[in-house]
Amino acid sequence: MQINITFNGTAQTSDVEPRQLLVDYIRGTGATGTHIGCDTTSCGACTVLVDGTPMKSCTMFAVQANGKSITTVEGLKQNGDLHQIQASFKEKHGLQCGFCTPGMMLTSAALLEENPDPSEDEIRWAISGNICRCTGYINIVKAVQHAGEQLRNS
Amino acid sequence: MTTTSHPKTPPEIGGIGHSIRRHEDARFIQGAGNYVDDIELKGMLHMAILRSPVAHAKILSIDTSEAEAMDGVVAVVTGELMAQHNLAWMPTLSGDTQAVLATDKVRFQGQEVAAVIATDSYIARDAVSMIFVDYEELPVITDPRQAMAEGAVVIRDDKEDQTDNLVYDWESGDKDLTDRAFAEADKVVSIETHYPRSHPSPLETCGAVADVDPITGQVTVYMTSQAPHAHRTVFALVTGLPEQNIRIISPDIGGGFGNKVPVYPGYVIATAASLLIGKPVKWVESRTENLISTGFARDYHMKGELALNSEGRILGLRSEIWSDQGAFFSDAQPTKFKAGLFHIVTGSYDYPAAHVIAHGAYTNKAPGGVAYRCSFRVTEASYLIERLVQNAAYEIGMDPAEFRSLNFIKPEQFPYHSPTGFVYDSGDYEAAMRKALGIAKYEELREEQKAAREEGRLIGLGLASFTEVVGAGGSDEYDILGLKMFDSAELRIHPTGKAILKLGVRSQGQGHETTFAQIVAEELGIPVGDIKVVEGDTDNTPYGLGTYASRSTPVAGAATAVISRMLREKARKIAAHLMEASPDDLEWEPGKFSVAGSPDKFVTIQDVAFAAYTNMPPDTEYGLEGVHYYDPPNMTYPFGTYVVVVEVDPETGVWNVDRMVAVDDCGVRINPMIVEGQIQGGLTEGFAAAAMQWITFDEDGNCIGSNFMDYLVPTAWETPRFELDETVTPSPHHPIGAKGVGESATVGSPAAYVNAVIDALAHLGVRNIDMPLLPDRVWSAIQDAKKG
Repeated sequence: MQINITFNGTAQTSDVEPRQLLVDYIRGTGATGTHIGCDTTSCGACTVLVDGTPMKSCTMFAVQANGKSITTVEGLKQNGDLHQIQASFKEKHGLQCGFCTPGMMLTSAALLEENPDPSEDEIRWAISGNICRCTGYINIVKAVQHAGEQLRNS
Repeated sequence: MTTTSHPKTPPEIGGIGHSIRRHEDARFIQGAGNYVDDIELKGMLHMAILRSPVAHAKILSIDTSEAEAMDGVVAVVTGELMAQHNLAWMPTLSGDTQAVLATDKVRFQGQEVAAVIATDSYIARDAVSMIFVDYEELPVITDPRQAMAEGAVVIRDDKEDQTDNLVYDWESGDKDLTDRAFAEADKVVSIETHYPRSHPSPLETCGAVADVDPITGQVTVYMTSQAPHAHRTVFALVTGLPEQNIRIISPDIGGGFGNKVPVYPGYVIATAASLLIGKPVKWVESRTENLISTGFARDYHMKGELALNSEGRILGLRSEIWSDQGAFFSDAQPTKFKAGLFHIVTGSYDYPAAHVIAHGAYTNKAPGGVAYRCSFRVTEASYLIERLVQNAAYEIGMDPAEFRSLNFIKPEQFPYHSPTGFVYDSGDYEAAMRKALGIAKYEELREEQKAAREEGRLIGLGLASFTEVVGAGGSDEYDILGLKMFDSAELRIHPTGKAILKLGVRSQGQGHETTFAQIVAEELGIPVGDIKVVEGDTDNTPYGLGTYASRSTPVAGAATAVISRMLREKARKIAAHLMEASPDDLEWEPGKFSVAGSPDKFVTIQDVAFAAYTNMPPDTEYGLEGVHYYDPPNMTYPFGTYVVVVEVDPETGVWNVDRMVAVDDCGVRINPMIVEGQIQGGLTEGFAAAAMQWITFDEDGNCIGSNFMDYLVPTAWETPRFELDETVTPSPHHPIGAKGVGESATVGSPAAYVNAVIDALAHLGVRNIDMPLLPDRVWSAIQDAKKG
């Protein structure tokens, strides 16, 4: 089937099998920052933004993204500069192995769009669909708080 | 407690003690990490594995014809085909054998039965469902004691000399001395508990891309490997291929935690398939495959007893273990120690007598027994002794903190010879505990607990004052399949003063690219940003045993410091030549040599590096490069005290962590930010073990816990908040005084959480609840206690 999507800001048309998962479609384009961690919508490593909303791309078919705008970690940078959430994850040591990081940052970036000054509980709730096996989340929470602060002050 | 005065280098050099932001992060935050599944090679095929749906059965027939006929299917591989190439079985890292693809029987649910190689991963998985296998089911064993019962079916009948299900009997310590201690005891306190089967489940599952060049015979395998060099040697032994033609590349690894230490059948099948077909083959397992077939951890049925005198001094410890090894003995642990380093079970306490017996048994469960974020069964050991100590305190009528204090090994007793043969390097257990109790305001909490009890509220305070043994290890005692557990560092300082450091270990998120550069920066004064760290490619790094069991800093970190110092000595000679002075007259400060007494007459390490390639003294070898293989003189012994405060709901058994205070002493901290990150992760793992995370099996051997909906790993929502602090007692034998920290919190914290819940219920007479402390278990314990 033919689909038209806006992928990290660029319009593209592709032929896909109806059963192809969105995550496989994305990774097949060479954008391998979107990861697969569990296959059951539990871990969030495959999180991308679909029209700005975090979605688990292992549980969507590529055809369901037809006509939509997809943002992956590769699309976070703006005008060549890191997105604040990327800078804050590094600054606050919000990542270790890096495997959950793209999904975690996209979920966090969407939260800050909606709620620029979230409480710790609001952050923890927002990222509770994204599993991290390394950090214990403390520094991820700090990274999101730091990014929120920087964005509010900018 | 000793303190050190790091950092000694200025921030622009960034040596030990600086919280340098991680070098590796730049690629991870931009989605540019390079994990195994990200590797795409020209003409690459995809592999999927058919796994056994049953736990124990004879294979009567395998029909692959329909699968083979499907469009896009290139080959179907069975055990029979593998056997033709002598690859149906492989050695495990514990010296057992493991089926690569089953030929005769399947021995656990999820065992590898056949594999499909296809042009596309969807087709490979489709074709797997078109392979038809006839099984004749056999009796299933899911418990190690059941496995050793009379008349139990022999699971490993493939092994000629195997007449029962025993894997090993192993013991440590002095039985007679221990029996005497128990005979003299005023009181004996005992506990029997199960440390349940769990799974490291790194977020990236295991996988490989095998690329065999049919013309040159070069075999390149990109693999999720925590130990690429050891794996290369195993590959050479298994396949008979020349080792110089085998290159294992362990690219970015999405977490390991011990899960990526063993060699898995999938790696071998993918490599064989690439060899036979002449094209690259990718295999990446699903989460379910990861959970049901790759290295699990724990599954230890433990009995422990402490002999006590009337004053509360511990006189001796006795312990007996039944270890469930699954269908193949594929622990990855030092050959000499069948129960890993479980004999550290004597803990942080001073007493002369201990005796440990361990039995390992085969069952119809997945093989493994890997060290999940711990140094070979240290977690189980720490859990048992810390649970026993709390129960002993109740028995004697002392506060658990005071009981610990009374029995701690004292600072002046180090190096301390433990009754099971360890030589603890350094420690100040009392100081770490007092610090943790102070932060928690322990005395006040005890008062609050008392008051709460009067209102019918259940508050509990749990402690764990753990000691780990990590950094395996010296060649006199530690090897895996005969490979001694040294590790290596190769340092090359380039003419422009920049450096590349190559290591035999492999980071899986620990931040080696930053911390190991900091060690070089400390020793040579080269700015940390000028040092590149390379790991994980066997063609381009010196031989080493890999990253697990908290051994990278104790062993490869030491190798890094030593080679840096060796090059510094060579640099001194070059500097003397440049300044026309005697080497003995030069003074070193980070980054430069100066002539004693004339600090303005100096050369920098960069000047020296340039001279090493352009202007050497006549009798000196050119270059400023070297490699060192470090054979540790002893293990290191990190320790600490964790204090947990919980409140248990008496109506539901639900418990919440109100506070978790963690004081860790891992010796010198190279990068405090990274150390804290490691501890926070480990405390979360410990909480998971205590609260929710386990893998069970039904009586037919069906795995319960085969996905993240049944096998619960904590999210940000459940994970408690932690309060961290430190004491610093350097290791006296490690070149920079560091001890390793990646696993302390996983090792030490489960007992602290469980002790807290038990403490909340102790006045009712509750002394044990097996992990995980699910609400129904806690509720039942309360009800049973009330019934008396």
